Amino acid sequence: MSRCPSANQPFTGTYVIRNLRQEIERAQLLILAEIERRDYDRACCFGIRLALEEALSNAFKHGNGDDPEKTVRLACSISDGKVVIDIEDQGQGFDPGAVPDPTQQENVEIPAGRGLVLMRSFMTDVRIHPPGNRVEMTYLRHPKTA
Amino acid sequence: MSATGSRLRVAEQDGITRIEFVDRNILDEANIQQIGDEISQIIDELESPKLLISFENVDHLSSAALGTLITINNKIRGKDGQLRLANIDPQIYEVFVITKLNKLFEIHDGSEQAIASFS
Repeated sequence: MSRCPSANQPFTGTYVIRNLRQEIERAQLLILAEIERRDYDRACCFGIRLALEEALSNAFKHGNGDDPEKTVRLACSISDGKVVIDIEDQGQGFDPGAVPDPTQQENVEIPAGRGLVLMRSFMTDVRIHPPGNRVEMTYLRHPKTA
Repeated sequence: MSATGSRLRVAEQDGITRIEFVDRNILDEANIQQIGDEISQIIDELESPKLLISFENVDHLSSAALGTLITINNKIRGKDGQLRLANIDPQIYEVFVITKLNKLFEIHDGSEQAIASFS
């Protein structure tokens, strides 16, 4: 992990996380602390935290298949205007186009598949890199000027 | 009241079961599984369940929790029961709107309104 002490300098960090709640929360809280230190407002922090939770949950559950031997790599870059979160699991990947849209009327009662919708809604940009085991999420604080 | 080890506070009045969460953050899959199991057990014990789930102290909610709510809703409807949600923080309500679950669930601003809506 690398760390820049000044609030004005970008913070970068890389973590290898096991599927243990305390490790997941520790990494999340470190990232959120850096975001809050840059005065991102409450709504931003709420959305980024939720997107991070959903992406990590997908990585461990669907990517790694809850295999306790597999880990997830979480990298982040946080500056005053931009948050980039990059998560890679050790699974085979997936085709995001094959995931049913849970907001469609016929799927709304299916109790799964909403994580990606929430990530895309709360982040400015979400990219899933082939073969589908790496997601890169970007939040722009001022999309029109960044 | 909250039983030892329970993730819920449950109270029953006039045939309506009111449920609150012990946790402020409903994110951990294991906790969500426990919450789902506890509410399912409550539903199993009622003939025609009328459940009010209050999110009064909840700050964060994941999609896994939404999935559990859908399962609970389906189970209650299967017993000709009624489910109401109330006291949802505006940011969490946005999660319901984004996923269009605000159209699936009957959501009220406060508990009193929710209780009055049971038929």
